[in-house]
Amino acid sequence: MNKDILVCGVGGQGTVLASKLIASAAMNCGNTVHSAETIGMAQRGGSVTSHIRIGGEVYSPLIPMGNADIILAFEPAEAVRNLGYLKKDGIVIANSSPVKPVTESLRDTGYDGARMAAYLKDRCSCLIIDAEEICRPFQSSRYFNAVILGAAAGSGRLGLDEKALLGEMEARVREEFITTNKQAFMAGLEAGKSYAAK
Amino acid sequence: MRKEYVMGNGAIALGALAAGVNVVSGYPGTPSSEIIETVSKYAGEGVHVEWSVNEKAALEVAASASYSGARTLVTMKQVGLNVASDPLMSLAYVGVEGGMVVVSADDPGPISSQTEQDTRMFAEFARVPVFDPSSPEEAYEMIQDAYACSEKYHTPVIFRPTTRVCHAYASIEVKEKTEPKKYGGFHKDTKRWVIFPRLSYLNHAMIEKRNPQIGEDFSDYGKNTLTGMGKKLVITSGISYAYVKEYLKDYPEVKLCRIATPYPFPERFVLRCLEGVDEALCVEELSPYLESAVLKLVGAKGLSVKVYGKLTGHIAPSGENSVETSAEALSEFLGTPKKETGFSLPDMPELPMRPPVLCAGCPHRASFYAVKKAMEGRKAYFCGDIGCYTLGNAMPLDMVDTCLCMGAGITMAQGFHWTDPEGVCFAFVGDSTFFASGMTGVVNAVYNNADMILCILDNSTTAMTGHQPHPGTGRNLMGSIVDKVDIAKILDGMGVKKILRVDPLDHRAAVAAVKECAEVSGVKAVIFQSPCIAVTKPAGRMTVGDGCIQCKKCIRETGCPALVIRDQKVAIDAGLCTGCGLCGQVCPVSAIGGGEDE
Repeated sequence: MNKDILVCGVGGQGTVLASKLIASAAMNCGNTVHSAETIGMAQRGGSVTSHIRIGGEVYSPLIPMGNADIILAFEPAEAVRNLGYLKKDGIVIANSSPVKPVTESLRDTGYDGARMAAYLKDRCSCLIIDAEEICRPFQSSRYFNAVILGAAAGSGRLGLDEKALLGEMEARVREEFITTNKQAFMAGLEAGKSYAAK
Repeated sequence: MRKEYVMGNGAIALGALAAGVNVVSGYPGTPSSEIIETVSKYAGEGVHVEWSVNEKAALEVAASASYSGARTLVTMKQVGLNVASDPLMSLAYVGVEGGMVVVSADDPGPISSQTEQDTRMFAEFARVPVFDPSSPEEAYEMIQDAYACSEKYHTPVIFRPTTRVCHAYASIEVKEKTEPKKYGGFHKDTKRWVIFPRLSYLNHAMIEKRNPQIGEDFSDYGKNTLTGMGKKLVITSGISYAYVKEYLKDYPEVKLCRIATPYPFPERFVLRCLEGVDEALCVEELSPYLESAVLKLVGAKGLSVKVYGKLTGHIAPSGENSVETSAEALSEFLGTPKKETGFSLPDMPELPMRPPVLCAGCPHRASFYAVKKAMEGRKAYFCGDIGCYTLGNAMPLDMVDTCLCMGAGITMAQGFHWTDPEGVCFAFVGDSTFFASGMTGVVNAVYNNADMILCILDNSTTAMTGHQPHPGTGRNLMGSIVDKVDIAKILDGMGVKKILRVDPLDHRAAVAAVKECAEVSGVKAVIFQSPCIAVTKPAGRMTVGDGCIQCKKCIRETGCPALVIRDQKVAIDAGLCTGCGLCGQVCPVSAIGGGEDE
């Protein structure tokens, strides 16, 4: 399979882990994978992007603009920031709950993510998920990435099914977090399947 | 052979191990840091790996090992090469016995560096060969070729990846078992190993005769490739090669020359590429290195080829290339259609800015805040330095007036003192930076009788580059527990008259310590000791109580990312907070409670 997948979020949201999961799952299914990440300074509240390129004839580790089949965003502004990478018939699966940077708290401009979600719905095919709501029983925002991954699998647009991803999760996620990660993933999976059914 | 999915840095490490490397040294620096971490993870018995105190030390440790016939690897980022340049320039003249590869990772952009300096130019300046890989797969193979070259010509060899190669991931086939090389040991020979002007004169002549021979070897090197045909030639290297290939997927017949060994320039190979060519476009990052080398060759041979690139404005003079900018330049040059990008994005809403900030709970925030409060109303200079604490510049702290290079804060504070003896001059330096290049600056201050306050931000790690250990942390890479080198004792030995140790998270005590130092003259030091929370991951949390009067002083004064506005009220993000308690000490009505062991 040939697929370009962009994963984005804010430092600390598990963007790098999610991209490693996808890359591994894809390789285990026999695909050639190349990827690239922005790391380092990004940890400190900055934007994080991971490019995962599945397929044989790949040269640039970064996805060319307009080439991404799917954008997985753990934060709505990051989805918009990276929208230029999306293919015309690509899909965005994004979390709607915003992460406000310190600059927003200082100036209180009221960034609330709703405008971002509205822009996405207006511009492209997308599935917007309120990962915060889904993760409320888990009382932690650390599972947002699992929700979005599940939705991606459920949508059928990732090219990888839930078995492949759950398997990777078992192998890579710390034992104390596996059960909750799976629950979050399954909740996302449902949302993804509903979207695909429409 | 087995398969490993690694980043370019991992491939470099595994390639060096496959080549039988014996001694590996370096200093952390993005984008090179993962190389030594990977060597440390995979190396077996008989390989010495160390984080050296700085890049100069790293290169010198490796030099004598190479004199003894061992294979060595030295790693750093490009500005670290500036620190290692003193030994490197001399070593180029002395030469080596066992192969030495110096990895200097460039950072086009720059993404996280002070300059866009080009290590290829440095290699030419130092008169040593340089290899320029364009992918993790290539990096694994090419570093082994670099060792062969180093031993064939008895010269250190530079290996120059860039960020997009260092941090790109690919699946590579690696040798199953690797053995460190057996070496013959050091043979004493003053005429060879002791540098004297006479030796330098002779060796310089030898080097200038030898380098064109290396260029000849490189003209036959398999990674210097020519494909396609025609009157227009594209010349490229490094990650730009990957970007060019991405565009030329649709035009495989275009004549494309890829140079993997920029210096010594493979002249015979490039002349072959230029045969029948009217125009050449050089696609590269950082300096117009290839473009200049091609121009020199065209001029020397009297060829009539028009050469385009950075010097002609066809490629941007600074900043990273990308698939898009390369495609733009190529379509202009070749007259091929521009690639349509996916989406038009009119009326994009204003996106939030996410500048890097100190983590929630970072003790540096408290240290900067204490100094800021202590100096309210006084004229003060705040000289910063390289590390996480450079982020003390962010609003609302705004506590970094200058930042130049490693260790410079300490000496720049002295320059401010000499030009303004009335001001209070501060230098902020991290524990790792202090060991790397700060210590001599303190001696300078004491010896030249300066008046300054040295603030050592001791968080027990080298944080910004990925939490590597250093002499003050009590651990080294070989797994040994070692005595922590005591910063206070060093300062005492240097003659610093007042040395105060304080917990920055005790705001009152921290402010008092700074004020105490400001009352006396001479060189004073405050060691702010509190561990990096990304390492210790404290379980505590603060919470905003009902007594909150919504004055937002906590947010306005500290800028901690865990302090947020939720439903128009001040709240604390439990996912980010580590319970450091700074906000609680700032709150005028003591409405914020909680702490370390909640």
